[in-house]
Amino acid sequence: MNNLAIKDLLLKMADDALIIGHRNSEWTGIGPILEEDLAFSSMAQDKIGHAQALYSILHETFGEADADTLAFKREEKDFKCCQFVEQPIGEYDFSIVRHFLFDHAELIRYDMLTLSSFQQLAQLARKVKGEIKYHVMHADIFVKKLSLGTEESKARMQSSLNYAWHMALGIFEKGEFEGELASENIFAGEEELKKRWLEKITPILEAAGLKVPLTEDSKIVYGGRKGFHSEYLKPLLDEMCEVVRSDEATAEW
Amino acid sequence: MYGSTNLSEEDARRMNTTVEDPEKLEAFEARIARGEKIEPQDWMPVEYRKQLIRMIEQHAHSEIVGALPEGTWITRAPNFRRKLALIAKVQDEVGHGQLLYSAAETLGKTREEMMNDLLSGKSKYSNVFNYPANTWADIAVIGFLVDGAAIVNQTINSKGSYGPYCRALERICYEESFHLKQGHDNVVYLATGTKHQRAILQDAINRWYRPLLHFFGPPDVQSAHSEKLMKWKVKLASNDDMRNQFLDMYVPKILELDITFPDPNLKKNEDGIWEFSDPDWDEFKRVINGDGPCNAERIAVRKFAEEAGRWVRQALMNPSEKYQVPLA
Repeated sequence: MNNLAIKDLLLKMADDALIIGHRNSEWTGIGPILEEDLAFSSMAQDKIGHAQALYSILHETFGEADADTLAFKREEKDFKCCQFVEQPIGEYDFSIVRHFLFDHAELIRYDMLTLSSFQQLAQLARKVKGEIKYHVMHADIFVKKLSLGTEESKARMQSSLNYAWHMALGIFEKGEFEGELASENIFAGEEELKKRWLEKITPILEAAGLKVPLTEDSKIVYGGRKGFHSEYLKPLLDEMCEVVRSDEATAEW
Repeated sequence: MYGSTNLSEEDARRMNTTVEDPEKLEAFEARIARGEKIEPQDWMPVEYRKQLIRMIEQHAHSEIVGALPEGTWITRAPNFRRKLALIAKVQDEVGHGQLLYSAAETLGKTREEMMNDLLSGKSKYSNVFNYPANTWADIAVIGFLVDGAAIVNQTINSKGSYGPYCRALERICYEESFHLKQGHDNVVYLATGTKHQRAILQDAINRWYRPLLHFFGPPDVQSAHSEKLMKWKVKLASNDDMRNQFLDMYVPKILELDITFPDPNLKKNEDGIWEFSDPDWDEFKRVINGDGPCNAERIAVRKFAEEAGRWVRQALMNPSEKYQVPLA
């Protein structure tokens, strides 16, 4: 097995999960209704748990640092998350649209990974897939309800979809090892994932009365997978690591 | 004091002057004396309903406002274990709010009305949430001692007479006992950790000591009493008794970690009663009346959430099948 290729895949998935989990957790206490506070808190816990599980594979199987060190003690340039997950939560329409676009991609990705030749990831994928199924159900309901709700909510959803679209496509930025991952049956690849994602979300968006934005390749927001990030990741990491950095490195919390 | 049983003078006066149908009142009081629960559809005195709404609503507000100081530390929690525990804990608090608003709704006040009264300042919430959480150690102290105080209060209130409130409290206490464990674990890590960790813990205890004494409300000699509230099992223990129970359970657990309290007069008498210096009850009154360190900030955040989320609520209340696409 190509260790470098697997590590690259695990790391970008873990970083995506950690950062979107962090963003989801920011809704705690300020959601538009109590029930949505609770929903975003639940999803945050799941995502952060997924990140922990993926970092743990890197630690246990590939000798990388432990999960806490990987999450809380790396520099910005070492993160491989896409820029889409770094964006601030914005208003509720953006958070719901991002949740919808990102989680559909996650569900398909983990579904594909249940067939991975890398057994540890295939096993984890079977478990995670069962959790993300509920995230997607939540996203679908809210996309539909808000897009068919009032004129204001419909306009907000369309405008957030337009705003999010090219960032969302950055999820599928190809890594260095696409060929190796596919030929060794570890993961069928970002291009395949993107194809299935478009097939899945397009009818849902159309049924909700939303117009799927036209894709302009030059506008797709790439860079995250290679360590180039938006202006939002650094402050997020500074906040996340504030307590850890406040004391000597050996302190236990 | 999550759901305060302390009466305003106006309430106390009305409580003793409102006239009820004597036969119904007698039957109602007999049921309570037999230990039966009162359910939403049952007859109840006007003042019983009113005081319960006030108390449950105040408790619900305390839960959702209480989520704010802790919530700001979720993004800064120092490792996976603490981060996951804190999100789950704060989520529980918001869930308790949801549960309690529903319990209060059974008495005839809607969630929206309660939320409006919170934002206008008409309804109160626990004073303890008007203090800031300055460091990570505050999260440990809130999780251990504020939740500990809440459990003392809520366990007692769960033996009350109103069915929906009692059932909500039983579930809440069950969840709070886990909060207490994670709070205690966090406190122990800091107390046995580096110099810096011990220092922020000591600082947090120094700052939270007085708000914790305030938590159970003014001393019995200063509070407006109502024997009726006791008879109706709305109030089940005096402020001083609850405070003493709390000190008895938690002071030794902090002292054994070689952490101190900022009060040279804090000690237990031979008769089992804890003595302490006057915790400045004027401050308590000032904070209740809106002049605490974080009152304005807490309400501002809730107002922001209410206003920013209005379009979402409107869209959800507007069933999709009724939506007509405009012709033009």
